[in-house]
Amino acid sequence: MSDAIVVRDLRKSYDGVEALRGVSFEVQVGEVFGLLGPNGAGKTTTVEILEGYRRRDGGEVTVLGHDPAAAPRALRERIGVVLQQSELNPLLTVREVHQMFAGYYARPRSVDDVIELVGLAEKREARVKTLSGGQKRRLDLGVALVGDPDLVFLDEPTTGFDPAARRSAWEMIRVLRSLGKTILLTTHYLDEAHQLADRVAVIQTGRIVSLGTPSDLIGDAQRVEVRFVRDGEPIVIATDDPTQTLHELTSEALASGRRLQQLEVRRPTLEDVYLELVGRDEEDAE
Amino acid sequence: MRMLVHQLAYEQRTFWRSREAAVFIFIFPLLLYALLGSVYSDEIEIDGVGVPSADVLLAGLFGYGAANTAFGGLAIILVGRRELGILKRLRSTPLPPATYLAAVLVSTLAIFALQAVALVLLGTFAFDASAPANWLGFAGAVVLGVACFAGLGVGAASLIRSAEGVSAVVNVVLLPMAFVSGSFGPREDYPAFLNAIADVLPLTYFLDIVNGVYLEGDSLFADPRALGVVAAWGAVGLAIALRSFSWMPRER
Repeated sequence: MSDAIVVRDLRKSYDGVEALRGVSFEVQVGEVFGLLGPNGAGKTTTVEILEGYRRRDGGEVTVLGHDPAAAPRALRERIGVVLQQSELNPLLTVREVHQMFAGYYARPRSVDDVIELVGLAEKREARVKTLSGGQKRRLDLGVALVGDPDLVFLDEPTTGFDPAARRSAWEMIRVLRSLGKTILLTTHYLDEAHQLADRVAVIQTGRIVSLGTPSDLIGDAQRVEVRFVRDGEPIVIATDDPTQTLHELTSEALASGRRLQQLEVRRPTLEDVYLELVGRDEEDAE
Repeated sequence: MRMLVHQLAYEQRTFWRSREAAVFIFIFPLLLYALLGSVYSDEIEIDGVGVPSADVLLAGLFGYGAANTAFGGLAIILVGRRELGILKRLRSTPLPPATYLAAVLVSTLAIFALQAVALVLLGTFAFDASAPANWLGFAGAVVLGVACFAGLGVGAASLIRSAEGVSAVVNVVLLPMAFVSGSFGPREDYPAFLNAIADVLPLTYFLDIVNGVYLEGDSLFADPRALGVVAAWGAVGLAIALRSFSWMPRER
């Protein structure tokens, strides 16, 4: 498969503070790629460089075969952008906003199809200012799709959503994927990356600390945790061989007549892996 | 060109749907003319010649209207859209930035042209004001006024940081300038220091040009010095914009 995005050793500083310290990854055509990390990790800086909003200080970046720093019109014809914080003209109707943006593209999609796709058909003639927060985000997405882009950037598409709105946004992103769009998604929600992304890069203080499929990430941490309480003290043992460890523990406990209270054997969840990655790096940074 | 017309249509639709803009930008100068025109009904002496006050005020409010629409209106629109992220969003589309700005400017020109016509109609029917002595020059003054004050408006938009502050900043600049420059009545009796301030303001010189084409039937280019000052102010605004105009919201 060919690459929609190639990022090599990307660097960016703001006022001498390094926001990105050598980020590298590729996004394949048709893939949903998640950039996961806490606030301030460098997700938005990375995406805004790819979108052509910010200049990089170093490294190489190619988006659909173009250098986004030059922001050629040919590239802008083929990308759709949903920004983290942006609004659309509050006085125009849903349909008018879509039509306005459709007019900027050489080969736009049908406005009514797009409105249908993002689930705003009933709000077609409603003014933007009357929409709820979730409806406004759907509108954002609709406007990003109206030019029929090959690549869609979604910067924290569900931040601030209630659980129901989040589920419906996820559903829409899956629809985009089924249309064959390449999607670069940033999020600080682990479950979102897990649900939507084919591959995830975990970014922390300007560096990618892990990259792979969600199950790869869990696989990275093969170790199983055995937890129990002894003499009122909680004890955690991490092991690559839980059978052996449990055998030793239980034999010892039976021999000495003590009980392993609250005994628990668990595999790490993606959340544990993520927190371990992010936490480890925060310690490095200090 | 197709995109310019496309964007212009949406600019106009947006403007006329906004009650704040329609009242503040379009109605306010007309309202001031209606009020001031009712108060001053005598002749006003300018350089020893009696001129009907309705004519003096029409020219004055034409100048104020140009500054209000192009300087105030543009600054408010651009800062508002920038802070909402609308400008940023547009930059990711194939719409060329120059085409977008051209559409916003032509839209502003159309609004002020309509306002100028409304001022003349109001003057003619309510206050028996004179018709412009040089129609072509009068039309030229519409374009000149928008060009100069749009330059300043885009410049101001580049310097104003927040959407909350923009209306306040605009009016703090605009109303005193209009007063000092003589938009709301002749400044013959102003103290010397006010006239000294007036002597550097662009609106003062723009009003001289408007008075020339409207009352005297002069050519738009009759007073090269006034024209030069107006153009220079517009250029200063443009230079500021070229240096610091931003499509991105200021960090919140």
